[in-house]
Amino acid sequence: MLTEIEAKEISSELNRYEQKSASCIEALRVVQRHRGWVSDEAIVDIAEYLEMTPADVDGVATFYNLIFRRPVGTHVLFVCDSVSCWIMGCDKIKNHLTTRLGVNLGKTSKDGSFTILPIACLGTCESSPVLMIDGKTVSNVNTNILDEILTGLQREDTQGKTA
Amino acid sequence: MKFERPLTKNIRPGALPLDVHGYEKAGGYQALRKALQAMSPAEVIAEVKTSGLRGRGGAGFPTGVKWALMPAPDQGAHPRYVIANADEMEPGTFKDRILLEGDPHLLLEGMILAAYAVQANIAYIFLRSEYVLASTRLSQVISEAYLNNYLGEDILGSGFNLELHLHMSAGRYICGEETALLNALEGKRAIPRAKPPYPAVSGLFGKPTVVNNVETFCNVPGIVLNGSAWYKDLSRTQEGGTKIYGVSGRVKRPGWWELPMGTPIREILEEHAGGMQDGYRLRGVIPGGASTEFLIEEQLGVPMDFENVQKMGSRMGTGTMIVLDDQTCPVGMVHNLETFFARESCGWCTPCREGLPWVQKILSAFEEGEGRHEDLKILEEHTRLLGPGNTFCALAPGAMEPLASALKYFRRDFENHIKEQCCPFRSITDSSSHIGLNTLKGGPRRYSSG
Repeated sequence: MLTEIEAKEISSELNRYEQKSASCIEALRVVQRHRGWVSDEAIVDIAEYLEMTPADVDGVATFYNLIFRRPVGTHVLFVCDSVSCWIMGCDKIKNHLTTRLGVNLGKTSKDGSFTILPIACLGTCESSPVLMIDGKTVSNVNTNILDEILTGLQREDTQGKTA
Repeated sequence: MKFERPLTKNIRPGALPLDVHGYEKAGGYQALRKALQAMSPAEVIAEVKTSGLRGRGGAGFPTGVKWALMPAPDQGAHPRYVIANADEMEPGTFKDRILLEGDPHLLLEGMILAAYAVQANIAYIFLRSEYVLASTRLSQVISEAYLNNYLGEDILGSGFNLELHLHMSAGRYICGEETALLNALEGKRAIPRAKPPYPAVSGLFGKPTVVNNVETFCNVPGIVLNGSAWYKDLSRTQEGGTKIYGVSGRVKRPGWWELPMGTPIREILEEHAGGMQDGYRLRGVIPGGASTEFLIEEQLGVPMDFENVQKMGSRMGTGTMIVLDDQTCPVGMVHNLETFFARESCGWCTPCREGLPWVQKILSAFEEGEGRHEDLKILEEHTRLLGPGNTFCALAPGAMEPLASALKYFRRDFENHIKEQCCPFRSITDSSSHIGLNTLKGGPRRYSSG
C-alpha cells in the first residue's frame, strides 16, 4: 500500500502531464525517497495507482540506474568513473573504497552502512576526481578526504543509534 | 582582453545566483518585455535565425531553423511544448551546470522567449537527478517567475500563457538524446525514437515540440534584446556569439571560461587553463565531450567553433575538452570511454547493444596484455559498423569517434600493447591506479535491477 503521504505526493504530480502514466518516474522517486528503495509490492501499488500494468512500471524502474530495485545501505556513494575522473585517478579512489568497505562496486557493506555504485560523469570535471555521497558532490577527492568522510558518517551513525 | 560575457555576466563563483529582483536590475527580463511588446513570434524566430545560433548540446543544429520547423499554430496539434535538455551527462562536460546553478533566471527567460516564438504553452526543464543544487535553485526561480507574472496566465499583460515544470530524471546517459528524452518525460523507458517524424511535428505525447540545450536557451535573451548583428560581433569567426569552454585533465588550472566563439584551442589551453601541469606533456585533446574525435598537438591552432573543428576531422561537441597527457595510456583512455558507452547503451538496437561490449572487451584485453593484431582489424570494423546510419541514435556513432581517431593517432600505442604483452604505461604511472580497470569486465551491468 502506498502511504497517505506518498499518494499525496504522487497525486500532486499528475496534473503536470497530459497522461497519468507520465508520472511513473516521479512516483518511483517518491516511493524511493520514503523507503530507500522500490520493492515488488511498491511496483504493484504504483501500477494500480497510475492505471498501468506492474510489468510496465517494472520495465521503467529497471531502466533507470537511480531507481533501486533492491535495498541499499544507509549511505549511497556514487563513484564517478568517467574519463576526466579516470585520468585524475578515480581507480585509486575506487580501490580504496572497495578495500575499506570490503565489497565491490554495486554492493552494500556487510554492516548495511554503505552502498557503492559507479555513476556517469557528474559534471564536475574541473575538480575531478568526484564522488557523490547522499546527494552531495565531493570534488578533488583523495584517499584522505574519503577516509575522513567515511569515518565521520560512521561516527554519526553510531551516535545516532546510541542516542 | 575585455569582451562581453552575455551568458555568465551574472555568475559570481561561490555566490548565490541572482533572485528575480537582482536579475531584473541586471537587465534581466528586458528581452522578454521587448519581445512581448514589440515583436511577433515570427520576428523572434527570424532574429534567432539571422544570428546563426547553433545548438549548444553538441550537434550544432541551427536553432532558428529548428523553431521554424514547428507547424503553424493553426495547423498541428495542441498543446505545443518547449523543453530544456538539462540532462548534462556527456563525460567531460560541465558547462550547463555552471549556467543552471549560476544564473537560472537566464535559462527561464530564454525558454519563455522560445515558447513565445513557437507559440508553446507548456514547458519542461528535464534535469538530471544528480544536479541537486541546480534543482533547488531552479525550483526557487520558477516560483519567483510565477509570482512576478513571467510565467502563468497573460504574461506581462501580453495575452501569452506559459506553464513551466521542472522534471527530475532518474539517471541514464541516453536520456540526453532528444527523442529518448521525450520517452523519459512520458514516463517510459528512455529509448530513442525513429526519425522522422521529428519532434517539431510529433514530439512529446505526439505534439509539436522543441527541445534545446540549456546553453542554447541562455543565448536567446541577448540575441532578442541586442539583435543578431551584436551577437555576430561577439565572435571571432563566422559563427556568432560566445561559448562556454571547459578544460579537464592534467592542466594547471582546469575550469571553464566564457569566451568569444572561435577562440583557438591552444589559446584556451595555454592562456586560460594555464598549460600542462609540470612534468606532463600534451599528447591529444578530445575537444567536446566523450563522443568527439581526438585532435593532436599540431591541430590545436584551430578556432573552436562547429565548422572549423569539423574541418579538422573532429567536432566541437559540447566545447568542454579533455586533455590526454603523455603519462596516461591512450588505449586505457579509450577503454574507459567505451566502458562508459557500453554501460549506457539503452539496448534498443543491435549494433550498439552488441557492438559496444565487444569493443570494450577487446580494449580490456589490450590493457591486460592479451591484445592481438587481428583485434585492430575488428576494432576498425566496428568503427564502420557502429557508425552513422546503422543505429537509431548517435550514441554508438559518437562512441566510435574517439576510437577511430585513437586508432589513427595512437596506433603505435596499440601496437606496443601487443608487442609487450602488457600496458606499457603501468610501469610509469602508479600501478594501483589501474587495478580497477576490469571491475566492469563482462559487459554492461545494471546495478539497480532487481
